[in-house]
Amino acid sequence: MDNVIVATRSHTHEAGASEEHAHVALPQHRHHFETEQQQREAGTFGMWLFLLTEIMFFGGLFMSYLLYRNWYHDAFVVASNQLSIKLGAFNTAVLIGSGFFMALGVWAAEVRKKGLLVLFLVLTTLLGLVFLGVKYDEYHEKWEKHHIPGAHFDVSEFVNPHAYGIKEEPLAPDMAQKTQVFFSLYFAMTGMHALHMIIGIVLLGWLTYRAHRGDFSSGYVAPIENFGLYWHFVDIVWLFLFPLLYLINRHPGS
Amino acid sequence: MSATSNTIVNLPDQRTATLPKRSYLNQEDGLLSWLFTGDHKRIAILYLISITFFFFIGGAFAGLIRLELLTPQPDLVASDTYNKFFSMHGIIMVFLFLVPSVPATLGNFLIPIMLGAKDLAFPKINLLSWYLYWIGGLFTLSALVLGGVDTGWTFTTPLSTHYLNTHVVTAATGVFIIGFSSIFTGLNFIVTIHRMRAPGMTWFRMPLFIWSNYAASILMVLGTPVLAITLVLVALERVVGLGVFDPTKGGDPLLFQHLFWFYSHPAVYIMILPGMGVISEVISTFSRKRVFGYTAVAFSSVAIALFGFFVWEHHMFIMGVSNYSALVFSLLTMLVAVPSAIKIFNWAFTLQQGSITFETPMLYAFGFLGLFTIGGMTGVYLGALGMDIHLTETYFIVAHFHFVMVGGMLMAFLAGIHFWWPKMTGRMYPESLSKLAAVTTFIGFNLTFLPQFILGYLGMPRRYHAYPPEFQVLNVLSTAGATVLGVGYMLPLLYLGWSLKYGAIAGNNPWQATGLEWQIQSPPLTENFTEIPIVDHEAYDYEWLAHKTEQEVTTVG
Repeated sequence: MDNVIVATRSHTHEAGASEEHAHVALPQHRHHFETEQQQREAGTFGMWLFLLTEIMFFGGLFMSYLLYRNWYHDAFVVASNQLSIKLGAFNTAVLIGSGFFMALGVWAAEVRKKGLLVLFLVLTTLLGLVFLGVKYDEYHEKWEKHHIPGAHFDVSEFVNPHAYGIKEEPLAPDMAQKTQVFFSLYFAMTGMHALHMIIGIVLLGWLTYRAHRGDFSSGYVAPIENFGLYWHFVDIVWLFLFPLLYLINRHPGS
Repeated sequence: MSATSNTIVNLPDQRTATLPKRSYLNQEDGLLSWLFTGDHKRIAILYLISITFFFFIGGAFAGLIRLELLTPQPDLVASDTYNKFFSMHGIIMVFLFLVPSVPATLGNFLIPIMLGAKDLAFPKINLLSWYLYWIGGLFTLSALVLGGVDTGWTFTTPLSTHYLNTHVVTAATGVFIIGFSSIFTGLNFIVTIHRMRAPGMTWFRMPLFIWSNYAASILMVLGTPVLAITLVLVALERVVGLGVFDPTKGGDPLLFQHLFWFYSHPAVYIMILPGMGVISEVISTFSRKRVFGYTAVAFSSVAIALFGFFVWEHHMFIMGVSNYSALVFSLLTMLVAVPSAIKIFNWAFTLQQGSITFETPMLYAFGFLGLFTIGGMTGVYLGALGMDIHLTETYFIVAHFHFVMVGGMLMAFLAGIHFWWPKMTGRMYPESLSKLAAVTTFIGFNLTFLPQFILGYLGMPRRYHAYPPEFQVLNVLSTAGATVLGVGYMLPLLYLGWSLKYGAIAGNNPWQATGLEWQIQSPPLTENFTEIPIVDHEAYDYEWLAHKTEQEVTTVG
């Protein structure tokens, strides 16, 4: 009796399509999933896998950073001191706040409170924009100080800091050159992070529109949940970037 | 159909047989129904057409390379044009053909059906991956049309960032985008395999084709992002002067090599693993035996994927890496030979005392076994430090990876295309012509690449368009072989096209194979199964199949 591969189930997709969908409360249920739960699990699993690829993506940058930091320690310390801890700390708080509202948004979607969901998504977006604004300000300062790698990069501040009123030990010219590697990685890492924020903010706009339309008011919350995972991931990347770029080994000996 | 009487092909009576009235091919009509489809089978067909297109473009460059190398003098093209030829050949063949070849076509088509699912987990992302493939492909083509790129497929810094005025950024953008297409394919496969298996389809009842695609998907998901960030850094370095790899700014070009090969070595396993899955299916079917050591073969795929992440430095032995790390990586490289050999031995034991028949897919599979073994063994030579220093950057390397990629993967791809052609189209390909093509390919391949082993051993470097006159005889042999090989690849294009209209009606299960895909109609319905199957038998259970067939006859009678 065990040799029958195909056993009839209580429903089939073909004949009983309407019956099959009868128990499905949500219009978002896709036909190729057997159950809603399977669909939801698959979506979340897919999102985690995608975040794994993101970890590998940033992993290449972190790897390069740790390598060069080890090689050019003095240059990295001096260049790191050029970053503003105040702005970095402010941005960290802003981003944690943004993540907090995102988490509240997921909760609001789950308890089907449409108004609150829209509100929290808007707050998440606003704090994201504040972060980017501060980042723009920081980038602009680097531009004025010729700390952007490339043809206009200027190491004189690091070779002769006292002339610029900077309380640092002067670096030998060849070590001073290596500050350019620090700023290359600084821009690559924070730039990639900012790019992820921009993509996230575009998606937030779309989700806010859908939430306003009422798409997530009936218990279908997968897009909100999965976007929440993405947004928290972007936060976490920053939580690694902030200490690595701004905090560790500031002012050695002091 | 077959020239020999010894065949397992079991076709329905051609006088009465017809194609099924309704199938995924005619469910909806019109170009738009294809371009906006979510059906994994249609996306597989879209991919098949696309990769065939790029295969012949890449092949044309291979032809031009061999034509230039016919004579020792640099007489056909200028040296930088020659550089563009081998760069475009490499970029197109690796990223636009080999990486997506089996997963995106056969994998897309078969994985849901083999698991007993109606579709992949994310049909829209599947379609998106095909569009990304084309956007990346168009970037690559535009780099070609605008004047080409001459970095080699490896985008080596600082050559790519500082010394070339060709379209490096365009090509790198193309590869970056294609990378995401491959990430999405891998992600879709992993989620589908974890979450969409039919009732009773346990992990160790899955066909080995699934296992090998699963292993390749892990590599796609974990490796490709590293290539992506590496190419971003190369592009930024070229465009805005970032200094991560630039030695004048304190960067290290060797870091580029580490990051690049961290992806690109696993990438060769992305290319070969799905092919190994095809071989497992074909060898089992045409020996009428369960694959010997199923569990070992399944785990060896995963082992290859894992080991594959820890061998990248063997591409860099002559680049000034530390001697101790070179020793470790040399040892790890040789370890990869263990799971590969497990596969080869298990296939050999599957053949032993099997009822072997020699249909076309089996001929290609035999070609794979021999050529992949040679390719793999020479890989062990190259993993040995002393040998590598003598042989690296010579034609020995070229011959080695073509034995794996072309002799291995392309043979497996063609085996798979012939094997599942009846399922995909509902029609058989012409058997004797396809056998001729399989033999032609095998002869042409060996004639092309065996001389290159000797050339490399004698010291002919790769990537030069001129060479000393004493190498000419072997180069002429190689070019002659490439011509034969070209004919061998054109033939399937012609007769498979012909068979779409005139091929014999295949019926559900022409090979009497055991996979779930063979128990449904050919070509399948859009929803694959009218009833979700409940799996109660192991993979490759031919007794179960015989029993089932018997019962069907009794029921009908």
